[in-house]
Parts: sequence; structure tokens; C-alpha cells
Amino acid sequence: MQSLSNRSKVVSNKEMSFLERMYLPAILGGMRITMSHFFRKKVTLNYPEEKRPISETYRGQHVLKRDEIGAERCTSCGLCAVACPAEAITMTSAERKKGEEHLYREEKYAATYEINMLRCIFCGLCEEACPKEAIFLTDRIVPSDFERNDFVYGKDKLVEGIEPALRIDVTKRQSKEVLDFKTHPEFTHNQLWDPKKSIQSKNAGH
Amino acid sequence: MSTYIIYKLILVVAVFAISLLIAMYSTYAERKVAAFLQDRLGPNRAGPFGLFQPLADGLKMFMKEEIIPNVSNKFLFILGPGLAMLTSLCTSAVIPWGPPLVINGVKYSLQVADINIGVLYLFGVVSIGVYGIMIGGWASNNKYSLLGALRASSQMISYEVAMGISVITLIMITGSLSTSDIATQQHGFHTGEHWYSFTWNFFKNPLTFLIFFICALAETNRAPFDLPECETELVGGYHTEYSSMKLGFYLFAEYVNMFISSAVMALFFFGGYNFPWMDKIADPNVLAAVGTVVMFSKTIFFIFLFMWIRWTIPRFRYDQLMNLGWKILIPLSLINLIATGFLLWGTGRI
Repeated sequence: MQSLSNRSKVVSNKEMSFLERMYLPAILGGMRITMSHFFRKKVTLNYPEEKRPISETYRGQHVLKRDEIGAERCTSCGLCAVACPAEAITMTSAERKKGEEHLYREEKYAATYEINMLRCIFCGLCEEACPKEAIFLTDRIVPSDFERNDFVYGKDKLVEGIEPALRIDVTKRQSKEVLDFKTHPEFTHNQLWDPKKSIQSKNAGH
Repeated sequence: MSTYIIYKLILVVAVFAISLLIAMYSTYAERKVAAFLQDRLGPNRAGPFGLFQPLADGLKMFMKEEIIPNVSNKFLFILGPGLAMLTSLCTSAVIPWGPPLVINGVKYSLQVADINIGVLYLFGVVSIGVYGIMIGGWASNNKYSLLGALRASSQMISYEVAMGISVITLIMITGSLSTSDIATQQHGFHTGEHWYSFTWNFFKNPLTFLIFFICALAETNRAPFDLPECETELVGGYHTEYSSMKLGFYLFAEYVNMFISSAVMALFFFGGYNFPWMDKIADPNVLAAVGTVVMFSKTIFFIFLFMWIRWTIPRFRYDQLMNLGWKILIPLSLINLIATGFLLWGTGRI
């Protein structure tokens, strides 16, 4: 029969020769191979001390961003939770009180925001769904823990700090599409926060 | 007389401690060698290079909960690991670890018991070793344990025949059952008389060494003959029901056995404490020190060889194991025995 792939081999059922039946040359050959591995460069790393280089857009532990003045960007719209294929995200919403403008950027905010890191598959769909540039995946690795409940990360672990030193840099994740989105005239509310231009100050002017 | 007894006591304790120490670090070396042969790093967290890993393992073994099954025979269940450990430690008594020390003109041999039937004693004690496994496996009252114990005993008994015949061949060459005689006969490396006049027994009859080596692998239940404890079929073999330090004793006894078999192979076939140009060292105490180091290096090389083989060759199937033992090794060792006999007769040695 004609061979289609030219890779077929004729199976031979020939008797093994005396040397082959002794197995010793084959065993020595095997031992030579294992010994060559003995001196080879090891593929494992001493993990916490050494780390393998990861992609600039590695999808690790999430961060909930604050804006320039330190107000939480999340408006608790729930699009991330809807987008999440693993249903790892839950949140409850609350209304911003007067005097909390420096804490929350929009009138509505997430009172609680939880991601179950054991359910999360780190696909990044929440980041794609977010209209407010609030949630990003970072290059941080979710650390191991002892209790299942401790893997449900609340706002205490997800929201970045206010101080510049505590901010988490996600500029590498902000692709051209994201940047275009930010500067699109339809979404001016996503641009640099300016009290004079903001809706609140406009309303206050009336 | 009292100095003699004190000296022997010191030697006994030293040999005991060194056996345990080497067995302890064999567990570390096994993991390290396995890792290196598989392109990994191996244990390196406890201490520098993970050198305290055996201590941590030992501590873990002691701290574990001890479980004795209700249906087991409690006396035999406890006796099993003890017996395995006892017999494996007993064998080190007749091995000469180095040339004798000379202190104030008195010779102190570095051998606990220089008995004239050392080889016989060695094999007597080694064959008792199977009882530890048998008793442990039977007393557990568990089918896996029993199957493991059956495999272990039939394997050890089968391979002891071929091993015994190869040792008889060796004894025909050496003409002595005393281990210290076997060591002194292999003085140096080469007599310089003919190109073939090596003193080490390996060069006199390599086939005997090969048979002995294969049987030693089977006797110590090491891969590729580790059927008694093959995890894939028998959970853990004869020590399935064991926990805590009793399990530790079984595992430890295997490593002590490996150490002793390596020492025996170094002694029987590779000159023991002898090394080339040993006559150039005049001071007997320096010679004793260097000889001991040489003996231990040879032993450690064989331990490494055991591990190297374990991490290279897959396990035998049980029928293949029995075929190799009964249909190949025993006839081969018999042919070797007869051929050696004719050779010795032909060259006028007997």
C-alpha cells in the first residue's frame, strides 16, 4: 500500500541477537544517558529566591485601581462579574455619601468586592469588561495559603494604596486599545479627573 | 585484656555509628542523585545544600502517630522491623574496614570480629534478614503486605542460591573463608609479575562479580528488583501497614543493607582497603587511615552505583525476575563455578 505520510515503518519481528538478549549493553547505554543528565544544567529553580522571567502582560493577582487623587475607580457596575466565566467575582453596591468624593470616584461604589482566587482562572475578561479602568490583572502571583476561605480576596487585598509608593503600576497592560478607549470623547469621564469639568461640579454650578 | 575489650567496644560503637550515619545520608544521597539524574535540584531547603534533610526526615518519623492494626499480631508486628534492622546491622561485624593500627607495638585490627568463617557468617546473617520482612508482612494481616512479603522472601531465597554459588567460586580463588584473609590477599593492585597478575578478585573473575552484583541488587530489594515494595501494584508491599519509626526502621534497614552489600562487594572484588602503591606508605597508622578512606570511598561508589541503576532501569515483571534468577543466573554461576574449577586445576592451583 502506498504510504501517505512517508513516515510508516515496517514492523520487524526478528529474533533478538545474543547481545540484545543479554540486555547488558542496553543497560549500560541507559546508564550513560542518565549520567549525561547528571551533569546537565538543572531545569528547576530555587523558586522564592530565583524567579523565571514572565511576560510583561502576565495575568496574575488583580488590583482595583484608584484614580489620580486616590478615589476608587470602581463603580460597582457588575460587568466584571457578568463577564467572569468562573463566576469568581461578587460585589455589593452602596451609594456615595456627601463628603466621600475623595474616596469614591462615582456616585455608586462597591461596598464589598470579592474575588475567589480558587475559582478565578486568570483569563482577564474582567479587565476587558471594565468600563472604568478599575480592575487590572498584575504580574503578582497569588500566594499560597492554609484555609480555603483565605483565598476569597476582599477589598483590603484588592484595592491599591493611596500613597504613590503603594500604587501598582499597570502601564504595561494598557495596550493601544485601552489608551484609545481612555481618550475617546465619548468617555471623557474616564480621563484625568478635573473637579471643574466633572459632572458634580457642573451640577453644583446650577 | 581490658584494653582489648575497651578497644573492641569503641570499634563496635564506631562501626555502628558510621553504618547508621552512612545509611542516613544514603537517604539524602538517593534523593539528590535521583534529582540530578532527572535534571532537578533535589532537597536543598534544610541547611546548606539540604544537608540536614535526613535529620528532618528522622524527626518526622519519630513524631508521626504510631498505628498498630487491631487485627495484626502485635508481638510479631513489632518484632518485624526490629529484626530487619538487627540483622542488617549485624553483618558489619566481620568486614575489615582498614589495615591494622599499631599503637605501642600492639596491633589493633580494624575489624570487629576476625572470625575464620567470616563469609559464612555474613551469608548466614543476610539470609536471616528475610525473616524481618516475612514476619512484618505476615503480622500486618493485610493482603498487600502478605503479597509483598511473599515476593520478598521468594526473591531473596532464589537469588541467594546464585549469590552463594558465585561466592563459592570466589572462595575457590581465595582459598579462605576469612574476610580478613580475602582483604590481605588482594594487597596492592598489581604484582608486576605478568600483565594479567592483578591482585583484586574482580580481575581474576569478572563474571563472578557480575553475578554477585545482580544478586546483591535483588537481595537488598533495590530497583530493578524492588518488587516487594512496588508502589504501583502493592501500595507499599510488606510495610503497607507500618507507620512512624517502624516504617522508618524498614526503610532504614534497606539502606544499611545497601551500605553493607556495597562494602562486601568492595571487599570481595575490589580489594577492600587495598589501593595501588600502598607499599610506599611506611607508617602503619597512616596506611590504616588511608586504607579506611579508600575502603569507604569504594563503598560509597557502589552505593552510588546502586542508586544510578535504580534511577535508570525500570522494574522487572515478576516472572522475568524469577526467570532471570532460576534460568539464567543459577546456570551461569554453575558454569562459572565449574570453569573456574577446571582453570584452577589446569594451572595447578589445586
